[in-house]
Amino acid sequence: MAEAMLAADGTSLKRSLARALRRQKLRALMLIAPLLIFVLITFIVPIGSMLFRSVENEMVGNTLPYTVEALADWDADESPLPPEDAFQAMFFDMFLAAEAKRHTRLGTRLNYETTGLSSLFRQSGRQLDDVADISYEPLEDLDEAWDEGETWYALMNTREVADDALMAQQRARVAALTDNETNGEVNFAPDAEVAVLLPLAAREYTAWAVYVATQDGRDPATRDPWEAVAPALLLDLQTADLSGYSGPEADKLRTAQAANLPVANFVDAFVDMDEDWGTQTPWETIQTHSSTYTGGYFLNAVDAQKTADGVAWQPENKQILITLFVRTIWMSLLIMGSCILLGYPIAWLLANLPMRKANLLLILVLLPFWTSLLVRTSAWKVMLQQQGVINDVLVWIGLVADDGRLIMINNQFGTIVSMTHILLPFMILPMYSVMQTIQPSYLRAAKSLGATNWTAFWRVYFPQSVPGIGAGSILVFILAIGYYITPEIVGGTKGVFISNRIAYHISSSLNWGLAAALGTILLAAVLVLYWAYDKIVGIDNVKLG
Amino acid sequence: MADIATDQAFVEFERVQKSYDGEVLVVKDLNLSMPKGEFLTMLGPSGSGKTTCLMMLAGFETATHGDIRLDGVSINNIPPHKRGIGMVFQNYALFPHMTVAENLSFPLEVRKIGKSDREEKVMRALGMVQMQDFAGRRPAQLSGGQQQRIALARALVFEPELVLMDEPLGALDKQLRETLQFEITRLAHDLGITTVYVTHDQTEALTMSDRVAVFDDGRIQQLAPPDALYEEPQNSFVAQFIGENNTLLGIIEKIKGDTCEVRLDDGSIIDAKPINVTEVGQRTRVSIRPERVEMDKTRLNPDAHTLKAEVLEFIYMGDIFRTRLRVAGNDDFVIKTRNAPDQIRLTPGTVVDIGWMAQDCRALDA
Repeated sequence: MAEAMLAADGTSLKRSLARALRRQKLRALMLIAPLLIFVLITFIVPIGSMLFRSVENEMVGNTLPYTVEALADWDADESPLPPEDAFQAMFFDMFLAAEAKRHTRLGTRLNYETTGLSSLFRQSGRQLDDVADISYEPLEDLDEAWDEGETWYALMNTREVADDALMAQQRARVAALTDNETNGEVNFAPDAEVAVLLPLAAREYTAWAVYVATQDGRDPATRDPWEAVAPALLLDLQTADLSGYSGPEADKLRTAQAANLPVANFVDAFVDMDEDWGTQTPWETIQTHSSTYTGGYFLNAVDAQKTADGVAWQPENKQILITLFVRTIWMSLLIMGSCILLGYPIAWLLANLPMRKANLLLILVLLPFWTSLLVRTSAWKVMLQQQGVINDVLVWIGLVADDGRLIMINNQFGTIVSMTHILLPFMILPMYSVMQTIQPSYLRAAKSLGATNWTAFWRVYFPQSVPGIGAGSILVFILAIGYYITPEIVGGTKGVFISNRIAYHISSSLNWGLAAALGTILLAAVLVLYWAYDKIVGIDNVKLG
Repeated sequence: MADIATDQAFVEFERVQKSYDGEVLVVKDLNLSMPKGEFLTMLGPSGSGKTTCLMMLAGFETATHGDIRLDGVSINNIPPHKRGIGMVFQNYALFPHMTVAENLSFPLEVRKIGKSDREEKVMRALGMVQMQDFAGRRPAQLSGGQQQRIALARALVFEPELVLMDEPLGALDKQLRETLQFEITRLAHDLGITTVYVTHDQTEALTMSDRVAVFDDGRIQQLAPPDALYEEPQNSFVAQFIGENNTLLGIIEKIKGDTCEVRLDDGSIIDAKPINVTEVGQRTRVSIRPERVEMDKTRLNPDAHTLKAEVLEFIYMGDIFRTRLRVAGNDDFVIKTRNAPDQIRLTPGTVVDIGWMAQDCRALDA
């Protein structure tokens, strides 16, 4: 057609149709809206944010922003230790983090990568004040005014021009560190002239002011700043040219500069705190994991790790997750297989019995559904344990000696048996609904054409029931691969699944990033299998009812 | 009514009974004998036992009592797949996961026929139903008529001597049904196959069959060629079931050879032919075909009785006129007249005299 079709009023027919359908679509959307919103809020958003944690790695950069910057150019192969700048940046970063009590959290995070960093951070956090005091005490001795918050406030606060950029920067720094709002009123703004003259001191003082005002709700004008401003000031004074400065406290600054007060050597100070700071390990770990997004959790999830030299396997004694993944998939396949073998005859019977008997049988199939999962699993514990029902019967019959009772629980056998039982209805029901649609006349036709009972079943009935097997298998496999409660209760150590490990990292080790990565891999594995199934069998052939 | 088994009988039912629940007989004392090459239709309302008979013949149901013989051999204990009977089902029963060619090839494969033979036979069978171009299609891609053709070809491809058809055209529209009726009879005759055809459509039964067995209440009510069935129904069930019929109730007044007089319930006397009435005073139901009723006295016997009839309705149907009359208190008395140039078109309200030849009016059981 050369021209577009026009509706009676001359507008495009397509647009006309779209307008007519819009109301219908809108109404349909409104009908599903409550559920959609519910699912979005309670399901999709939490899952999305949880999955996001598997790559999210802002904590290092948020807690140690200046250290990460200073370490950017450091090459561990060329110089044994990072430059002193890095130690200095580390001091100021850590000082703020320790005051905000965030340094231990970072220690825990880095401990996932390198064991020992957690205690290193915790212990070092306590000693930072001592390092600051190396500068603070002489300054105070020189002029007691430095011990007064008012002195510092007068020096730092705006007179003519405020350094808004520095203020915004420090607000963001504190916000990133504490995960809290920092937009509140501070009653302070760094003076632009001082910020140029004494950059480090201005930075640290501003950070402190933002912190006390927004996090503690105090007025910085009346409070004494943290000791860390002293080393910052003395470092600035080593190079500052005060000749042109005539603002407040100019005399005190000149006196302090002339006194040439001591500043700690940060490298020595850190090594004094803990000799581990004198090795490459902590610095390399920080450098390696400083990016905002990381594949590190995914590497951990497959028993690998990120090192300064690239990707490497975890040490042998920490490798467990690949084994668990393989075991989870292998056991899920076994469970799926035994469900098919046990479920197919039942489904066939259900589909071919007269209505009344089929309904009775269906109730028997569904009965387990109405019993709590925990009860069923516990029942299996009673059945399978060494002093349990099955062993007792076997001993009583004489098949098994009393001292040779079978171990059927807290291993893979127990997990497979109880999960097969629990998941069986999920296999039977889709099979049943497919088999119900296969008319008996197909089998009759096959037999009338000369096929034996077996040939008629295998060549005519079975191929038509495959969609049911497929649907049941997908359902059982996907449920099995993420099963948690049953392996936890009857699985012991050899029969646990990857989901038990995820639960461990969520609730015990609190390594949520790794848990999220494991979950993401599990989800991806299911999707890949689903896709493969679609390619091979065709998802249109799957009938769930 | 039961045919006597003859030496050349190909399919035989002897005193066959069937009950599903041990309480009710679905098939009561069935006796039937078919020579080779015959096209026999089992016709009857649903629940009359015709499909059960077919299923017993195919082997999917076992007879509760009696003997079923195929070519002289009792097949009661032979499983369906060894009977070698072709079967066409109402819903076609084409295997949906196989192509048309695979469907046709299936009976040959289970008979372990070689591949090249198989292909040749499949193509020949498809040729018989003019469906060669559809060999690669799946059943779901075919129309209902095409599917039924394939089902037919599949039932014939392994060259069975007996083919059973269970209401094969039931799901098709009228025009397609007529085409296929013709094709099925042509094939059955060309190939010399013995066919048992089950239907509840009497037109189908009349047009296709050599003989028709009318089933009701688990018995064969009449087994006869189509024309005999239509023109000479043996009891009132057959008369009612086959074709359109006017019935009048009355009492036998007198019997004289092959004619009798019947006094209708309103007192008027008519002529009839006694079929299964034997004595005077017996209650009877007389039956007369709408096209055998005459309005022209000159075409009747001089001494024939006539009845007054009031025209209630005149329907123009193209090839025929259908006039509904009130006759002896019966408002549903219908006559059919051919649309000829000189044919009178009756107007409602007119009263006419009607009559008939005694042999066209059959006095049956009440």
